[in-house]
Amino acid sequence: MATVRIPPPLRKYTGGAEDVEVQGGTVRELLDALEGAHPGIKERICDDSGAVRRFVNVFVADEDIRFLDELDTAVSDKDEVSIIPAIAGGR
Amino acid sequence: MGVVPSEAPALAQLRAHPRRLRRVEGITDLIGDTPLVRLNSLDKETPGVEIWAKCEFANPGGSVKDRPALRMITDAMKRGDLRPGMNLIDSTSGNTGIAYSMVGAALGIKVSLVMPSNVTIPRKQVTEAYGTEIIYSDPMLGSDGAIVKVREIVEAEPDRYYYPDQYSNASNPLAHERGTGPEIWAQTRGRVTHFVTGIGTSGTVMGTSRALKAHSKDRDPALGGVVRCMGMEPDDAFHGLEGLKHLASSLVPGIYDAKVLDETIFMPTDEGWDMSERIADQEGLLVGHSAGGNVAAAFRVAKALADEGKPGCVVTVLCDRGDRYFAPLEWERNYLW
Repeated sequence: MATVRIPPPLRKYTGGAEDVEVQGGTVRELLDALEGAHPGIKERICDDSGAVRRFVNVFVADEDIRFLDELDTAVSDKDEVSIIPAIAGGR
Repeated sequence: MGVVPSEAPALAQLRAHPRRLRRVEGITDLIGDTPLVRLNSLDKETPGVEIWAKCEFANPGGSVKDRPALRMITDAMKRGDLRPGMNLIDSTSGNTGIAYSMVGAALGIKVSLVMPSNVTIPRKQVTEAYGTEIIYSDPMLGSDGAIVKVREIVEAEPDRYYYPDQYSNASNPLAHERGTGPEIWAQTRGRVTHFVTGIGTSGTVMGTSRALKAHSKDRDPALGGVVRCMGMEPDDAFHGLEGLKHLASSLVPGIYDAKVLDETIFMPTDEGWDMSERIADQEGLLVGHSAGGNVAAAFRVAKALADEGKPGCVVTVLCDRGDRYFAPLEWERNYLW
């Protein structure tokens, strides 16, 4: 199972958990599994068409999936996946 | 095609735009007195309601943050809190850091900044170009994580660091109460009816609103009465309006006082980003996403007034320029020919 790091603003969906372990061979499958376990979270990360929102960055082992295979980026069990807003907070 | 501006003789230009031709003793004297620009393509859609924006990108450091940075530093020097040999340290995701760096360089003060490691590359490079030291904090923890880290550093060496803490420093809103607010009042000839801007530290909205309310407190209701002042926040904790805070899920800034505001507008990231693209395309104003969010909020306010058939003069703030967010912008220290 891959580990997904959840940023603080989304931890309300994971009961406060910082890391969540979910099953999936690609980022898309991981996000679907994440939604299954924590309903509501995927809508914050992806838009209506299913694409990752413009202001959200998803990293697989420190690589931005926009420079890999986007949602089809392969994920192995030992990978850590991070969901990070482009930036947030005071100027 | 719009109207082609006619060429004015030099002397007429000097009278019309004295700011453009002024001469100053140092760069910090160029902070403030920014122009107010009308958003023509937007207020065509809001008959009877004008929309204007304060060009804070025209400050020498490139953003609205020049104002509070200068005021916080000079006030601290006057009080004796910031003494020769001390480092100024604060948490910032960018613009305040650039402003501190510029003012610090001009006044001979060393600056250290704590920022989440995912801030854009040009921001890191700009502050470093001024000689500023950068300390990184966890990107997962955002700006709140940077605040916590600054507090730890200052607690460990209180005599070495002066921590202005822009979130709690009264000089931050005061810069706008003495500057931005009275300027908007003068530039609209006392006609501003609504003011709206995003909440980051809340310094801009607090100080400007206080000034505009004070100036308009006795104005005839037929002329707009007291200026209605509104804050704008991202609509969710997980957002992409850089620099702005979703207060319900953040450390609420000490300088924030809800009583100053008449209303808060909650802005989706996409609406702000779309407006940034629209005004670049239709107004020639390439500004950052927080400025896009501000204009989107002003547009909403103006539309609501126009829909009710009411007149109005809505003012917002263009915090910074869009090119600050172009990631591959790299300073070529060594030119290759």
